Amino acid sequence: MIRLLSVRLLQAILVMVAVTAIAFVMFRFVGDPVASMVREGATQAEKDAVRVALGLDKPVLAQFVNFLGQVVTGDLGTSYRYQQPVTSLLLSRLPATLELVIVATVLALSLGIPLGVLCALKPHAFFSRLTQSATLVGISMPTFVTGLLLILIFAVNLRWLPSSGRGDLVDIGLWQTGFLSLSGLKSLILPSITLALFQLTLIMRLVRSEMIDVLSSDYIRFAFARGLPRTYIYGQLALRNALMPVVTVTGLQIGQLIAFAIVTETVFQWPGMGLLFTNAVGYPDVPVLAAYLLFVGFLFVMINMIVDILYTFIDPRLRTR
Amino acid sequence: MATQSLMRRLPPVSVVIASLVLAIMLILVIFAPLIAPMDPRDVASYSLMDMEIPPVFMEGGDSRFLLGTDNQGRDLVSVILFGLRISVVIGLGAVVFAAMLGVVLGLIAGFFGGMVDGIVMRVADIFVSFPTILVALLISGIARAQLSADAMLAWAPLVLIFSIAINEWVQYARTVRASTMVEIARDYVRAAKVIGLPSPRIMARHILPNIMSSVMVIATINLAGAILTEATLSFLGAGMPPTYPSLGTLIRIGNQFLFSGLWWIAVMPATVLVILVLAVNVIGDYLRDHFNPKLMAT
Repeated sequence: MIRLLSVRLLQAILVMVAVTAIAFVMFRFVGDPVASMVREGATQAEKDAVRVALGLDKPVLAQFVNFLGQVVTGDLGTSYRYQQPVTSLLLSRLPATLELVIVATVLALSLGIPLGVLCALKPHAFFSRLTQSATLVGISMPTFVTGLLLILIFAVNLRWLPSSGRGDLVDIGLWQTGFLSLSGLKSLILPSITLALFQLTLIMRLVRSEMIDVLSSDYIRFAFARGLPRTYIYGQLALRNALMPVVTVTGLQIGQLIAFAIVTETVFQWPGMGLLFTNAVGYPDVPVLAAYLLFVGFLFVMINMIVDILYTFIDPRLRTR
Repeated sequence: MATQSLMRRLPPVSVVIASLVLAIMLILVIFAPLIAPMDPRDVASYSLMDMEIPPVFMEGGDSRFLLGTDNQGRDLVSVILFGLRISVVIGLGAVVFAAMLGVVLGLIAGFFGGMVDGIVMRVADIFVSFPTILVALLISGIARAQLSADAMLAWAPLVLIFSIAINEWVQYARTVRASTMVEIARDYVRAAKVIGLPSPRIMARHILPNIMSSVMVIATINLAGAILTEATLSFLGAGMPPTYPSLGTLIRIGNQFLFSGLWWIAVMPATVLVILVLAVNVIGDYLRDHFNPKLMAT
């Protein structure tokens, strides 16, 4: 077990170094960092001064080591566009993204699991077939189209809900939350539904197919033969095992979640990290791009490790290896 | 009994409809310049006089413009036909590029094994852990920083194809590698090795034809994803420019007019996009279930 964990940790560090190297290459070689730092019409001497100040006159390897040191201490440079430290820029946008993602995930899980179980238990019922075909439409529906339609119906035509922004925010220490005001909660509804829909279809299909697999296994048949109550068999024995892959997939889907959060935030002009990123692509604000890449890479590595560790705890068979 | 087994061989109605829809769309795409009432790239063919006309079925519609016009007076039918064309071409381009890259790398990894296999598959792991849209946006940002605005216009389709394919090849590589490892143990491959055929020839002429069916299935499923990714990127402003719009760009343009009540400018191209992707998905699902049960889990 300790060996397994240390191997995973080593792999994680290697991946992080690789991602940092890519971020470094972007930072250093994409565009001209000096040109974007000095004022227009700067003399050569001024440019050289900036070059030395940024450490760009040193050998590339020394620069990379320097960059690694900066990354570890949380210094990710200055945004070309906002002229602010990238780290604080990202952190100030973090609450918006996290609140959106958490609400969407809770929504997707609390609807997706029951629907998936229902479709598995009664595969030929009209309702199940309807849900099944609806998921195919759901998968074919791009996130931004879902968002647009929701805006068109609920914001433009019915005027029930706001179409952009986070509404009124309440400060809790460093965290600005939209949970505590009515307009904040109203603003959350459309974006979180949009983001939840794509996860919902995925979770539903997964729970359904896992549940069907589990239900045809021997131990379930024996449980029926023993005369155990149906609710106990379905709820305790079958669902528990069917949910195992759901844990992994939900964990590993974080990448997709980030990607779709980028799209959702752009559609609803939700001031999170995703919107910051799309705006940085158009500008192009290279330090923000590189920092975002680092952030996402770090997140992936952490989540992969946590999922692996969780697995060894949930599934005793893995511990003996 | 006989009729029943025949029935089972026939694809379900949904697949037939999807194939028909796709076929019609492909014909429209190929003959777009002949079918479209006007050429959206030709500024002289439309005028601002006709701007913001709703579709014919609405009050104020004009029979010349079946689906209405956009803010510049361009006929939406024509704009959508040309947009569909760009979307399909970029989607196909990305799928072909990703398939070629994935097949070659998968064959090499599966055929040689060992170190080569390890390196290729670890690189694949890293690529696949980053979502396609994120990587494509990054590449778009880098391209923007490196290329001038004019160069960016000219290169936009190629940048898109590259940035979508660079993440999607992994699926092909993994499947091809697994199949290659199965095929390599078969007698015909061993025989080919014994008579001293060069490795590239064995891979291309002997193994490849036997694994092509699974590649085709992945390609179909992948096509829907590639078209969606392109549309998303263009919608986010990191794809095709407004002067040469794909369906995603059209929806992006229409998005600005949602609140003016001009819903059709966004909804019409969006509908076409969803129908296209749905048709491809239905066919892809069917192919996956019926020609390659091994892939069902993915």
